[in-house]
Amino acid sequence: MTTVTATSTARPAVATGFDEVALAANPTRGIEPVWLGELRQTAFAAYQKLLKTPLDPEEWKRVDLRAFQPSKFKIAAASTTPAQFKTLLESRAQFAGVVSHVDGHRVESRLAPELAAKGVLFGGIGELVAQHGELLKSKLMSVVKPDGDRIAAWHAAFMTGGTVLYVPRNVVIEAPLYSLIGLDRSGTADFSHTLVILDEGAQATLLEETASTTDNAPGLHVGAVELLVGQGARLRYVQLQNWNQHTWHLAHQVGRVARDASLQWTVGGIGARLAHIHQDVLLAGPGASAEVNGCTFATDRQMLSYYTQQTHQAPHTRSDLLYKDVLRDQARVVWRGMIRVDPGAQQTDGYQRNDSLLLSADCRVDSIPGLEIEADDVRCTHGSTAGRVDEDQVFYLMCRGISRYEAMHMIVEGFFHRIYDRIAVEAVRETLSLAVERKLGIGV
Amino acid sequence: MSSLLKVENLYVSIDDKMILKGVDLEVRQGEIHALMGPNGSGKSTLAYALMGHPKYEIVDGQISIDGVSLNELEPDSRARMGLFLAFQYPVTVPGVKVADFLRHAVTNVRNPNRKEGEGLIPMREFRAELKSRMDELGIEAEFARRYLNDGFSGGEKKRMEILQLAMLRPKFAILDETDSGLDSDAVRFVSEAISRLAGPDMAIIIITHHERLLEFNRPQLTHVMLAGRVVERGEAALAHELHDQGYAGVRLRHPEAAAEEQEAAAALAGKQPVLAK
Ligand SMILES: Nc1ncnc2c1ncn2[C@@H]1O[C@H](COP(=O)(O)OP(=O)(O)O)[C@@H](O)[C@H]1O
Ligand SMILES: [Mg+2]
Repeated sequence: MTTVTATSTARPAVATGFDEVALAANPTRGIEPVWLGELRQTAFAAYQKLLKTPLDPEEWKRVDLRAFQPSKFKIAAASTTPAQFKTLLESRAQFAGVVSHVDGHRVESRLAPELAAKGVLFGGIGELVAQHGELLKSKLMSVVKPDGDRIAAWHAAFMTGGTVLYVPRNVVIEAPLYSLIGLDRSGTADFSHTLVILDEGAQATLLEETASTTDNAPGLHVGAVELLVGQGARLRYVQLQNWNQHTWHLAHQVGRVARDASLQWTVGGIGARLAHIHQDVLLAGPGASAEVNGCTFATDRQMLSYYTQQTHQAPHTRSDLLYKDVLRDQARVVWRGMIRVDPGAQQTDGYQRNDSLLLSADCRVDSIPGLEIEADDVRCTHGSTAGRVDEDQVFYLMCRGISRYEAMHMIVEGFFHRIYDRIAVEAVRETLSLAVERKLGIGV
Repeated sequence: MSSLLKVENLYVSIDDKMILKGVDLEVRQGEIHALMGPNGSGKSTLAYALMGHPKYEIVDGQISIDGVSLNELEPDSRARMGLFLAFQYPVTVPGVKVADFLRHAVTNVRNPNRKEGEGLIPMREFRAELKSRMDELGIEAEFARRYLNDGFSGGEKKRMEILQLAMLRPKFAILDETDSGLDSDAVRFVSEAISRLAGPDMAIIIITHHERLLEFNRPQLTHVMLAGRVVERGEAALAHELHDQGYAGVRLRHPEAAAEEQEAAAALAGKQPVLAK
């Protein structure tokens, strides 16, 4: 008789690049504080356990991970040659500070001296954890939980690089800050962590962009974003995902908005082979408000998936989410949205909407809004639409001397217009518009 | 020298159904023509075919300007050659601002060889010109910032068509029932606006059921369509007769076309065609 040992073949095992050996070999390991090492150990244990547990079907059942092979990727040592990125955002505004990472290693970090003098911190997570460990200890992995799910645990165990912004009480930063997450060498895994902490009454705008140096080097991003917006503070955060189409993007991103604070969070999805973002907004204190904008354009065989939750934990809170997707070729977009209202979070106003524009017959969108309401005095609504480009619109524009390409561009831009109108930062609007134009140029 | 728009023996089908059955038309720059005919006779089809609507297939015949065939050209190339259609039902394009749209359109029509991405006409120059045209047409300045035809009333849409005509100054303008759905003050306004725009550089083909538009814009020639053909041509008096007496006389004079018209109408209504005796 033969004994079958491999019983649960369906459960993935830890890939070589992400086993105990890799954990111990993490390049930042030597310089980081003990508590972070412990956090990694806890997260790694959770990761091993979660690998054996199925992914939450509600979140993952429409995301096809069959072609995803973690073993093809590994965390890279710092490179000795500088990398060149065709960034979209970087040259478009005067930034008060810039932090750049390539393959998980910080290559640039600067901040206007007057802001540094006010106690603002803006830099790579490695050195800031080393220098300001006490400040960051209670914040890092505080809203993205190290044992929250498989992606969060994986990220926490192997976290390398990423941008940290800390703005002290009542400090207002007018000019935007810029962060670049770059992937250069083939097969590199980026585990960067973005951590933004705004103390009471602080204000800032952070524009973050992901980019690849080449069009064809496979890459992996297992990322996390934590936005901690303190009482009465105002944060504008933009993340423009613009990887090449051979990059896998898995991320857990959470914004926590305290009493009377506000968060405007804009997500741009342009690149990646497959992207799945778990995006949570927590309205944690009375008077908190959040506006979430999503602007995605998927082409070829791209798959972009968003799992968004707006959780109202306190009364008198407001959330307003608008995702707009354009699809072409055989692209797929999944948007699963949820508004949760906790018991006692009365007088809340929650809104979510997802509109899709389909430019080809073979693309597909799944748009599933949802509400889970446990308070009785609330106003929560959702909406979802999907439509194709109207040939009559194209014809009408062409009758005025506008080419088919220009007409398509106008119609797509027109479709995104409500998002553009909501984004107050000119550089972001211009960037999204340019990204759209570039994408339309392919195959049209 | 003035340009000539020529339509010769034009056959056009939609979804394999023949709608135009041998239309001839010659219009010279600077002339005004009226195109009349009962509903369903093919006036809009002719207008769309001239502009190159993808659903309208040219089965036979020629459309040309100064001997250059338009048959194979895309609508934007035709527009750049000086052809313009004021739509019977203007299309709404959400999120596209009137001013942005017009700046692209004007740039392309004035620089027919412009490639995508090349510069647009200077903003200041364009704004000034747009403002004067809007003032002349009594269109409020805020229209420039609105989305194209989005939430416009019927009258506003028609004015927007006239504004586009005024900005693009084509050689050949087809106005497809620009007067329908408007109250008499609005019709008078449109009629006066057209007469101000008309001149030696622009030919106007007016598709209409009414006389009002022709009052300030006297056509040199009136063409009457029935069942996909131009069955009669005449001077202003013909338009007059049609207005007073309708198309009964035309049908009597062209019994074969009238029978075809009846057949088509019956087929549309899903009935057996009633054969003409
Ligand atoms: N998009 C279309 N698809 C099918 N048939 C059409 C379409 N447009 C017009 N027709 C038919 O073509 C004929 C002529 O219509 P049209 O050109 O609109 O007439 P008019 O403008 O003179 O009222 C009618 O029989 C109409 O039913
Ligand atoms: Mg018509």
